Amino acid sequence: MSSEAADSNRRRFLTAATVVVGAVGTVATAVPFLASWEPSARARTAGAPVVADISKLEPGQLIIVKWRGKPVWVVRRDAKALATLSEVTDMLRDPDSNESIQPPYAKNEYRSRESEYLVMVGICTHLGCSPSYRPEITADFKGGFFCPCHGSMFDFAGRVYKGVPAPTNLTVPDYYFVTDGVVEIGKSGEA
Amino acid sequence: MSDNNNNSSGLLGWIDARFPLTKMFEEHLSKYYAPKNFNFWYFFGSLALLVLVIQIVTGIFLTMHYKPDGELAFTSVEYIMRDVDWGWLLRYLHSTGASAFFIVVYLHMFRALIYGSYQKPRELIWLFGMFIFLALMAEAFMGYLLPWGQMSYWGAQVIISLFGAIPVVGDDLTLWIRGDFVVSDATLNRFFALHVVAVPIVLLMLVVMHILALHEVGSNNPDGVEIKKNKDANGIPLDGIPFHPYYSVKDLVGVVVFLILFSVVVFFMPEMGGYFLEHANFVPADQFKTPAHIAPVWYFTPFYAILRAIPDKLLGVIAMFSAIIVLFLLPWIDRGKVKSVRYRSTAFKLLLVMLVVSFLGLGYLGALAPNPTRTMFAQIFSAGYFGFFLGLWWISKNEVTKPVPERVR
Repeated sequence: MSSEAADSNRRRFLTAATVVVGAVGTVATAVPFLASWEPSARARTAGAPVVADISKLEPGQLIIVKWRGKPVWVVRRDAKALATLSEVTDMLRDPDSNESIQPPYAKNEYRSRESEYLVMVGICTHLGCSPSYRPEITADFKGGFFCPCHGSMFDFAGRVYKGVPAPTNLTVPDYYFVTDGVVEIGKSGEA
Repeated sequence: MSDNNNNSSGLLGWIDARFPLTKMFEEHLSKYYAPKNFNFWYFFGSLALLVLVIQIVTGIFLTMHYKPDGELAFTSVEYIMRDVDWGWLLRYLHSTGASAFFIVVYLHMFRALIYGSYQKPRELIWLFGMFIFLALMAEAFMGYLLPWGQMSYWGAQVIISLFGAIPVVGDDLTLWIRGDFVVSDATLNRFFALHVVAVPIVLLMLVVMHILALHEVGSNNPDGVEIKKNKDANGIPLDGIPFHPYYSVKDLVGVVVFLILFSVVVFFMPEMGGYFLEHANFVPADQFKTPAHIAPVWYFTPFYAILRAIPDKLLGVIAMFSAIIVLFLLPWIDRGKVKSVRYRSTAFKLLLVMLVVSFLGLGYLGALAPNPTRTMFAQIFSAGYFGFFLGLWWISKNEVTKPVPERVR
């Protein structure tokens, strides 16, 4: 073999090696750019737990607490509202919250630690609108929450009705009662 | 004497020896032979270019006064409207231009549909065009967040949440897109960068590729006849005329008519009754209060109606994206050999009517709040929309067509 003839095996190896190294380099370079889109340290800090005073809440009243830029509802449900929960079970898509997001202590009919107080992220599981509170109990709608965007309906425990676009019940965040009348949202207990 | 191939001299000759100026001018304008039978429908390509220029120029001037900041964005738009000299005009030109862009592009796409301009050998022109449509939708969606009004905010919230429907990675993906747990300053800032830099560059590249592909194969025409099949002794199509001056001058008439209509909207009805600029967007973004009724701007409503027609989140999202993906596949769905609607079967014409009715119906319903009757109609129209493509695939296999003439009429 003359020394001037191209060694095609060697050339193919070098081409392939260059392509592989180049591709790895390109991917590695892309990482910082793509990762810069993740929530920044400041945004993550703003996602820390928040404390809310609920001692002045009247029965039937809803207050909104801001947590991670989202509205979190704290509702003090009265006896009438709690009574509707077992009446609507047949109309719900996920009455036992098997498909929905909540801490284990809220996987019950009331979807809460204590039946009286409901703590829930006020963002529709369909497309992120904020449903409105409908405390009136009528013959047509037993009360709860109604999403104005696409008509999803939820009961007083944030459980979704059948035949509406929202796929699952409203999400319950981690929370615990620091003392009577003070709730911390974003944490499940002292730790 | 010239030292180039164009026999040009003087300054032009000097340039031509160094840059293909005359060559490009001839290739794309003065010696680009377009069919002589272009009709009304052929105005919309050049009009789309005109609107693109309007958007780029007004956009550049708007960025000189706008602040992409969650605290300042809304007031900076008010500032443009009230305090910047002629700022209101810049903004209304830009906001009206967005809607005009979609009107022109939808008509341009419809033209391709009725005259079979997507068929062989123009599949790539159609694909580039569809990517332009996609880029345009991204551009419009991200631009709509910038005024930071209630509809900006909640519209973005809804559209970004669509990606949350993707199994497994959905939630992380939406977090990544927003850069925060909700739509926030971080989202606004990155959408601004994409809207003013990234997407326009992609858009311009695609437009160049769209036109290069068109000039490679040559324009279709209302008869769907290939004019390159009949050439004279010099190799010039018998039914072709140079784009410049014939169509450059003809398009000028279209431009004048368009600008008259455009000006009427800009000066007398810039909000277009809440369809071009939605009323809820005159309220600053509030992340704790969703407006009572959320509707996208009119040009997205047909796809939005498809999304809502399906009472399941993931399937709804899939249906909406399918409605766009199916358009990409059009050149392969249509198995027919005859291009123009003039010589196609009655079945094709009926399908076309069904598509138009469904698309307009969906567009109308997508702007309204849902109720059971409307949802039912949205489902019927969605079926009509997809039915067009299914029907076209079915009938085009053995379609009975009229004889296609050899030459354009």
